[in-house]
Amino acid sequence: MKVSLNRRILDRNEQCAAQNRAFFAERGVLCVNVISSPGSGKTTLLSRTVTDLGAKLRMGVIEGDIKTDTDAQKIRAAGARAVQIETEGACHLSAVQVAEALRALDAADLDVVFIENVGNLVCPSAFDLGEDLRVVVLSVPEGDDKPIKYPGTFAGADIVLVNKVDLLEHIAFDLDRVRTDVHKVNPHAPILTVSALTGTGMTDWYDWLRGRKASRQPSTDQTESHEGKTESR
Amino acid sequence: MHETAVAQSVIETILAEMRKIGRRPVAARISCGQFNALNDEVMRFAFEVAAQDTSCRGMRLEIRHVPLQARCEGCGRTFAFNIHEARCPGCGSEAFAFLPDAPLLLEEIEFEDESDDEGVSEQTDPGS
Repeated sequence: MKVSLNRRILDRNEQCAAQNRAFFAERGVLCVNVISSPGSGKTTLLSRTVTDLGAKLRMGVIEGDIKTDTDAQKIRAAGARAVQIETEGACHLSAVQVAEALRALDAADLDVVFIENVGNLVCPSAFDLGEDLRVVVLSVPEGDDKPIKYPGTFAGADIVLVNKVDLLEHIAFDLDRVRTDVHKVNPHAPILTVSALTGTGMTDWYDWLRGRKASRQPSTDQTESHEGKTESR
Repeated sequence: MHETAVAQSVIETILAEMRKIGRRPVAARISCGQFNALNDEVMRFAFEVAAQDTSCRGMRLEIRHVPLQARCEGCGRTFAFNIHEARCPGCGSEAFAFLPDAPLLLEEIEFEDESDDEGVSEQTDPGS
């Protein structure tokens, strides 16, 4: 006896993501999910962003790591609120964890909430957290072959930041290859080159972020989901 | 590794359906797209582990991979996207837009037939 269901497998995560999305939409908070490999410089990028834009935008950060609250401490030291999620082994954040962290962050009066996902170029892309935007960070030492090796993550990016470009002179890394390969799976994605350490290119990132925030107004109706770029977005 | 979360979710749903239907589940079919693709070996292993101490133990799992469709912005043709040949097979254009990737779905569950021994009390069969 066969029973046809056609039920979305991650539907519980998606329902919770929809609630998070409604929370952000009602309050006009821009939520940005930051995804990358471990060690690409996500925390440095966010710390510098908090320092440089803190006077113009109220920002909070939800940090996801398997262990420790090291990253949350760095963000607080840079001057923003931060809540650490320790996943205890899980390789991605889920929408439920983010919902709890939002309460702890007291996020309602913020302009931007960043979610720094667990360092991983595979699993986080399958889990919608209710974010408005996905930023994928690729750092120069990781190699220029990552977009074609992890297409699902790059396909879902609203913007790709190539970080640590201050190392380009020391490492064989073909920026054109990155552009070509990202655009194979995400034809219109903007790609910015930055160094969160030296500050190179960061104003382009800030302009992009502030532009997206400016177009984000509080609303009572639920905004569109990212549906379609990847399944559970 | 998201296969672990997928396996747990699939098993929870199967067990919930099993309680409604009152029969033992023997097989399930799930499907995925390309960007959310599941690795068959990892998925089967994750399912086996998650099923171990449940009524899902020993179930067969079928995994269907659905191709990703793209539409050419040059000639309008819709084609199955191939990452190794990322251009329109009609006009060769590299400008195209993806149609939505197929979702992760639990498509179908197969339960033991009524005549099978372990079937749980449906009013029709037992006894006769």
